[in-house]
Amino acid sequence: MLDFYRQMCLIRRFEETLLEMFSEGLLVGTTHTCIGQEANAVGVLSHVDADLDVVVSNHRCHGHYIAFTGDVSGLIAEVMGRVTGTCGGRGGSQHLCRGNFYTNGVQGSIAPLATGIALAERERGAGALTTVFLGDGTLGQGAVYECLNMASLWSLPLLIVVENNRYAQTTPSELAVSGSVAARAEAFGIETAELDTTDVVQVHAAAGAAASSVRRSGRPYFLVLNTHRMAPHSKGDDTRHPDELEALREHDPLRVLGARLERSDRARIERECREEIAAAREAGEEAPAAGAALAR
Amino acid sequence: MRQRRCVDELNAALHDAFERRSDVYLIGEDLLDPYGGAFKVGAGLSSRWPERVITTPISEASLFGVAAGMALRGYRPILEIMFGDFIALGFDQIVNGISKFREMYNDQVQVPLVVRTPMGGRRGYGPTHSQSLEKFLLGVPNVSMVAPSEVHDVRALLTNAIEDDEPVFFIENKVMYGRPNRRPVDGLLDGMRCVEESGPYPALTFSGNDFAESSATIVAYGGMVPIALDAAVQLILEHEVFCEVVALSRLLPLGIDAIVESVARSGALVTAEEGSLTAGVGAELTARVQERAWGDLRGPARRVAAADGIIPAAPGLEAEALPGVMDIVDAVLVRQAVRAS
Repeated sequence: MLDFYRQMCLIRRFEETLLEMFSEGLLVGTTHTCIGQEANAVGVLSHVDADLDVVVSNHRCHGHYIAFTGDVSGLIAEVMGRVTGTCGGRGGSQHLCRGNFYTNGVQGSIAPLATGIALAERERGAGALTTVFLGDGTLGQGAVYECLNMASLWSLPLLIVVENNRYAQTTPSELAVSGSVAARAEAFGIETAELDTTDVVQVHAAAGAAASSVRRSGRPYFLVLNTHRMAPHSKGDDTRHPDELEALREHDPLRVLGARLERSDRARIERECREEIAAAREAGEEAPAAGAALAR
Repeated sequence: MRQRRCVDELNAALHDAFERRSDVYLIGEDLLDPYGGAFKVGAGLSSRWPERVITTPISEASLFGVAAGMALRGYRPILEIMFGDFIALGFDQIVNGISKFREMYNDQVQVPLVVRTPMGGRRGYGPTHSQSLEKFLLGVPNVSMVAPSEVHDVRALLTNAIEDDEPVFFIENKVMYGRPNRRPVDGLLDGMRCVEESGPYPALTFSGNDFAESSATIVAYGGMVPIALDAAVQLILEHEVFCEVVALSRLLPLGIDAIVESVARSGALVTAEEGSLTAGVGAELTARVQERAWGDLRGPARRVAAADGIIPAAPGLEAEALPGVMDIVDAVLVRQAVRAS
């Protein structure tokens, strides 16, 4: 539990730092934080082996990246546009690759990529699990359904995680997602589970069952995690009422788990995360900027 | 030696690749024997290697990404898209994935996939099954586009594409499939002298007067190559006008060395493509050749292409829309008139 808290805290502090740096004008471009959703990244990816398994993520990928790689210094340098960044500054916040971790920035386009990766890993036969993270907004993309079909037809070892944070940018899911999310996958003959919690312990348990099922059966699995995004879609573009955002605070995964921890443990972990992020930021600031065009 | 049809040579290249490498897969629709794909290029593969021929649902929007995912993980997928027109369904994967991964991920990955797809008309398939959409790929960085013609070693070209570490779009002209793969013998083809570049995707340059000074350089690829050669012969026989024909096999990255060398002897450029005119391959060729060989050109280049419109189904209407021998002859004669004046 302490490690879950530490990982979630690290992700939270990382993204808060990014938002601070944006507001200070120190970063350009865009970013998509998963503040409020950290339990999903940590709970799911505690079941994967970074040397064997593959993760494919989306625009809201920092939590997945940190939970999978632990590499905050590479990620902050990437967002800062430094040569020491994960992709040397070429990708930025949402186009990352490190080892067995891949992200891309177009909604739904990662589903085919993950399907192909799972097919490759099925052929290799080393037992790798491929996990792909989608959002409720992505359910509007047709490619997702093509991939559910192929993953089921071809028995691919693919864990599809839908993080349903109930908003696609500013559009509530009532205006974008009809019917049942879970039934979408059930219609393709894919085993499905749905969870309505931000408790990392519960997410961890459900994801463990899902990952075991994929590894055991070689079949895809569709895990719907109903969650809450406590921060804007990207930065400063939250159109929700402050009362709604205030009400979400009770779902804060750090608060939910933190209530079960010793106060001293929490304080120590939070301090350590602050220090780790501060050191990563400092290293990023000292690293050379990528690209010579602005240095002239 | 009896010349085999181009489709048989392509089929042989696939069988070669499957024998040579265990990481090669064929992915696409209706691939299984006895059908073996809509144009039979993959015939026999699924019988010999059933586990490496994956017949798919009709899901082009995703199939490009599926191939990319396999390629990222160390395989060499060959994606067959049944008609080139259907690449439109895959453009997100092409532009935002396949084209980007290597560079965007800071050269940590390779995407060694081949997309094979037939393009071209003259078969009466109508507006959505007859197009030549190469120009849409021409604007995509970090990919190769190879478009063999019946005078290229099509078996070698496909083999080289499969061995290529970059993504390759391999454009197969539909009419070419059934025609013999005619190769120059002792540097001669149809009575014309021919020189072939070195490298994996060579251009061939043809001359009817042994590379002496000529009236124009006609640049073509794919299904327009035999038409350009016919035009060159007709210009000799009926007008006593000698041209060179450069048959490109690679459109991306677009190398123009053979064209520039030829233009130095001819002083005029005519491009011929089956795709529609505006923003086409000829436009890009013209810009590049004029940048490098302005001093050799006597006048503006001329582009022969399909009309900017649909390719109708009725044979008579289709023939009106697509460029033919006479369009090339006329374009050269216009240049010839400039030279005479």
